[in-house]
Amino acid sequence: MTQTPAPAPLIHARGLTKRFGSLTAVDGIDFDVAPGESFGFLGPNGAGKTSAMRMVACVSPVTAGTLRILDLDPAVDGARIRGRLGVVPQQDTLDTELSVRDNLVMYGRYFGLTRAQSRERANDLLDFAQLSERATDKVEPLSGGMKRRLTIARALINEPSILLLDEPTTGLDPQARHLLWERLYRLKQQGVTLVLTTHYMDEAEQLCDRLVVMDKARIVAQGSPRSLITEWATREVTELRFPAGVQETIVGRLEGLGERIELLPDRVLVYSDDGEAVAVAAHARGLVPETVLVRRSSLEDVFLRLTGRSLVD
Amino acid sequence: MAVAGQQLGPRAAGRGAGVPRPSWRSGARASYEHQWLLYSRTWRGSIFTSFAQPALFLVAMGMGLGSYVDAGGGAQALGGVSYLEWLAPGLLVSSVMQGSVIAATFPVLAGFHWIRRFHAMHATPLTPSSIAFGLLAWIVTRATLVGAIFMVVIVLFGAAVTPGIILTVPVATLTALAFAAPMAAYMSTQRDTSSFNAIWRFGITPLFLFSGTFFPIEQLPEPLQLAAWLFPLWHGVDLGRALALGTVWENPPLQLAHLVILTVVATAGVVATLVMFRRRLER
Repeated sequence: MTQTPAPAPLIHARGLTKRFGSLTAVDGIDFDVAPGESFGFLGPNGAGKTSAMRMVACVSPVTAGTLRILDLDPAVDGARIRGRLGVVPQQDTLDTELSVRDNLVMYGRYFGLTRAQSRERANDLLDFAQLSERATDKVEPLSGGMKRRLTIARALINEPSILLLDEPTTGLDPQARHLLWERLYRLKQQGVTLVLTTHYMDEAEQLCDRLVVMDKARIVAQGSPRSLITEWATREVTELRFPAGVQETIVGRLEGLGERIELLPDRVLVYSDDGEAVAVAAHARGLVPETVLVRRSSLEDVFLRLTGRSLVD
Repeated sequence: MAVAGQQLGPRAAGRGAGVPRPSWRSGARASYEHQWLLYSRTWRGSIFTSFAQPALFLVAMGMGLGSYVDAGGGAQALGGVSYLEWLAPGLLVSSVMQGSVIAATFPVLAGFHWIRRFHAMHATPLTPSSIAFGLLAWIVTRATLVGAIFMVVIVLFGAAVTPGIILTVPVATLTALAFAAPMAAYMSTQRDTSSFNAIWRFGITPLFLFSGTFFPIEQLPEPLQLAAWLFPLWHGVDLGRALALGTVWENPPLQLAHLVILTVVATAGVVATLVMFRRRLER
């Protein structure tokens, strides 16, 4: 890649807004995505991630604000922009009446590829998606992970400038998720610009160079996963779980244990730079939790701090 | 083997004016091609049905029922042809219409809800109108194929009176579009088949029975004759039959009216489908 000082963004949004009747799904958000970057929208269900993504995918008209993609206006050049995008939707849209290979070949035709070009790329992509052996099978009997990989392969048939992934691993088992992340990571290393939405913090940490945290249609924070954690959480978290009914009675006795205390229905989170020390101090105060867990802070903690709620309910 | 996507990032750097403009025609063609690809998996079974159904109908209605009609002096009332010869072109038009209504129902529900094919297409340079166009073009193609097969069966039955039966096929296609296009527009607003079932039972089936396919509408009470005028099926049946029997010149203004009405309804249906597909996909 050419190392220009500040490459012009591939996606540029200012005051981007989407309303459905009286419901505001996206409320004036600003963001830029640079070439080669992996950019994420993190937030709970209903935060407006998918609506934002659909506007970027040029299938949902912008209600208000500015959106430029590849220096073009989606309202004028939607089809043109879509020709340079790869889209992995949240809900599978594979053609279950066609074979695995035909799904890819047909999709290539939508981008104006010749049959020969489309077949050639389909073969390469079958390899990439590790589906070559299933090429002539119907889509229906494939596992969830295979369908997702096929959807990603299909989104790459036009060699897109930007790959959009909406909740790419939701509903997959851990093994399938890791395989998918590995494939996406490979694309990222090849310089493909990735834009993804997720409500999994581990996914965001694995894949995103930079992300925005969305809540209630707005962006509440942005930065790299690391910088967000540094800014909004401490280094470590001590999770104390007390027997039922006890937690309410000991709230006052936790004062001053760490930098910040978060009370969840089933446990207490104490934020500090030394989680072990907190555990020891709690013990010294005569507090006897059922279990103690010391861990590093994650994006989940950032989200809790920013919104007072968990990501996954 | 090269890993796909290797050239993705840096090479695919087109921006602004450098981004190619996809053509609408190529999109519409791809949408149409998709329908052919789907058909190519099932054509054997469907070709067989296309032959068998008209044959069954012509045997049962044309020959079975027809022998009674002809024995009872029906030929005079039917303008000097046998019941089979009279029935065949009308049945061709009606059957093609029915098949096309189905072809405008299930693929639309599948496209928006079951398989979500149209959403997948819309994520590419295809526009809602090119997607709708591909579907409608396929419905027209299919109607013409089915109509042509029906015509061959009629000829094999010796029920073709004049070569004009060839022209009955495009009339059947136009009639099919006059039903299928409004149906596709309507089905794009539906989530399931419940309304289709009602339309089929209380709309399509009565039309099939009372639009002059099996007996002249003059046999119906006045109000029902008026109803036959309101729906495009009778217009298609009467025009298709007049062409097949060579009786067009007996009443040219009426036949022209048939053609105009069919064309207007079909055109309105096509426009409605384009509009509804756009509303459905761009939200």
